[in-house]
Amino acid sequence: MESLQKNSRFGEVIESSIEILKGQCHTLYNCPPLGSLVRIGDSVFGVINGINTGSIDPSRGVIARGQNLDTEDQIYEDHPQLEQLMRTIVNISVIGFREGTIVHQYLPPLPPRIHSFIHLCSSNEIREFMTSVDFLVLLLRSNDRVIDDVIAATIKQALPSFEDPRAFLLNAARYISSQLPTDVSRVSTIIKRLPMDEWL
Amino acid sequence: MNSMGHESNQLGLVIGGSISQGVEVRLKDSKLIEETKIGTFVTINGAHSKFFGTITDLRLDTTDNKFSSSVSSDSRSLIEVISGISTYSVATIMPSLNIDSAFLTPQPSKSLPQHFSVAFRASNEDVAEVFGNEDERHIWIGSPLDMEDAHVCLNLEEFVKRSNAVFGKSGTGKSFLTRILLAGILQRQVATNLIFDMHNEYGWESSSETGYSAKGLKQLFGSRVSIFTLDGSSASTRGLKYDVDAKIGFNEIEPEDIAILGTTLNITELGIQSCYALADYFKNDSSPWILKFLDLTSEELHELAETLRENTNTLEALRRRLSQLKRFDFMVEKSSGKGIATEILEHLLDNRHVVLEFGKHGDNVNAYLLVANLITRRIHEEYRKKTESAMAGNEELPSPLVITIEEAHRFLNSGLANQTIFGTIAREMRKYRVTLLIVDQRPSGIDEEILSQIGTRVVCQLDNDRDIDAVLTGAPGARNLRNILSRLESIQQSLMFGHAMPMPVVVRTRNYDNDFYSDITLPGFGNINKKDLFG
Repeated sequence: MESLQKNSRFGEVIESSIEILKGQCHTLYNCPPLGSLVRIGDSVFGVINGINTGSIDPSRGVIARGQNLDTEDQIYEDHPQLEQLMRTIVNISVIGFREGTIVHQYLPPLPPRIHSFIHLCSSNEIREFMTSVDFLVLLLRSNDRVIDDVIAATIKQALPSFEDPRAFLLNAARYISSQLPTDVSRVSTIIKRLPMDEWL
Repeated sequence: MNSMGHESNQLGLVIGGSISQGVEVRLKDSKLIEETKIGTFVTINGAHSKFFGTITDLRLDTTDNKFSSSVSSDSRSLIEVISGISTYSVATIMPSLNIDSAFLTPQPSKSLPQHFSVAFRASNEDVAEVFGNEDERHIWIGSPLDMEDAHVCLNLEEFVKRSNAVFGKSGTGKSFLTRILLAGILQRQVATNLIFDMHNEYGWESSSETGYSAKGLKQLFGSRVSIFTLDGSSASTRGLKYDVDAKIGFNEIEPEDIAILGTTLNITELGIQSCYALADYFKNDSSPWILKFLDLTSEELHELAETLRENTNTLEALRRRLSQLKRFDFMVEKSSGKGIATEILEHLLDNRHVVLEFGKHGDNVNAYLLVANLITRRIHEEYRKKTESAMAGNEELPSPLVITIEEAHRFLNSGLANQTIFGTIAREMRKYRVTLLIVDQRPSGIDEEILSQIGTRVVCQLDNDRDIDAVLTGAPGARNLRNILSRLESIQQSLMFGHAMPMPVVVRTRNYDNDFYSDITLPGFGNINKKDLFG
């Protein structure tokens, strides 16, 4: 399984709403990591907030096949049809959209169409979209149980794209702290998931 | 109005406050708190006007009390992230003045800047806008806190309109400050000085605590200053020239002069009453009443007591006390010529400034009290007559007179303030063109009513809480000034506020050195380029 190239298309939308999208990867397991910035179609931006792989047919669950085999890979080699019977689904939180040349860090007026292609954003796109960290507020307000991990992962995934990762990291962390003025434990949870020691 | 302050001088944003408590400014960077000092001069750019104020308090704050318990010293990155956002620093600023488009000069502030106005450390231009530039009325006396290049100037013309005071415990630079003020008054010719120089430090050179010597007024201004000394022999031993060897005749002493010595000479109220009776009794006699009284034999004293219907014991006690006056070697039976007060007065009216040196008598409180009061009473009387006559259109107003007294709490304590001439002068302000410059280390000993009449107060470090309370008597925003006052450095730093200062300001007094000497003696009021003169 080759790793996903930046700016490459990896899946398409199979469920669409204004704030949450579900996308299916073209290739089993071939999805960007948690927190990656993705572009849906030409204009909508989101981050991967969940990844889920399972059977295509809900009525035919996956069964264990490796009892008499030595390695996991052998299972896939012996059963090439598996890649067609299973699929990898990504959940995407919408965090903004592009209108002409302007990037907005709030929800788009309409959701993307089903079958819109999903792309992993290039470093350029990441820098362009994340010139401001206001998008974090959409994530911070989510009721999702694991959202703090998603937030930390989003910041971490974006870091290598910046010329001054330290500035971005500090800016994002301070923004979070300013949005949660009375919740020291949550600020602390998110900060613990960030590579602060590496950069500060 | 000045343009916006410089970005790098930005302190933070206004987040709240009130007229009574001051404006609260959240510092833009929490690290700033360690460099920001109480007493710093700041400006706030409101929407329509610019405010000038002083930092009177600093505080550390958090958005959530849980921060104090949930952050430990090893959460370094968390601390870095939340500092300035969830944990922040607040400076309280007392706005004193503002400029808006209606007024071109700073006016006393009666309003507050709106929320999120930006506060700046004041620039040199701001200081000049408030305190003016050095000119024929303004003298540069020092720099605001941490602004070595900015000049705080004092409007001397306003300064001499009221009685003023320099307070501070000993060794804080009071006499250097006083010298600067006196030299300024002299150079700018805004008033004439009469200085009762207890410790011989204003006329001629004296050395500072750090060992370097400081020029006296006589050295700086030559013939414009006349030195009178009560101790000619000591002056000669010290190799100093003086203009007049002052002697005081017993004939010049009046019962009022004895009255103020009551406490220090331990004379009872009855004794003082007897003085009036004695003076009246001997008024037609050729020799002075005190000498007459002191020379009486016991029998004569008894007779006199009967004649005057006084108690013999009272008179005997009084005589014992008064005999101390004979020990002063500046006392003579009869003053030669016109008497010392008239002589000093003539110098003053001739626009010559007078320093009266006490020599060895400086340590004797009785000598100082007696002489200062005696001379001042007569001079004040003359000035009163001259002013009244000028008001009637008969002659010109005399030039204002500033009388400098040290150890003022001895003249102006609540017991004496009503009796001494100094109490009268302090209370009547400049009505008769005579004001006081009080130099003192125990302001709490001065009568409250007098304190509240003092126009401009220059306060160096004071340790005693009662003294601090006393100097703030009647000052607006006293609570905030107290914070500043209790944190003054021990030398060359003072808080100045009151009549001649547009707003309270902490000043690092300028050095009393060669630069000052040339500023004060050359024409141009300090604005002359010395390089042009000396190359």
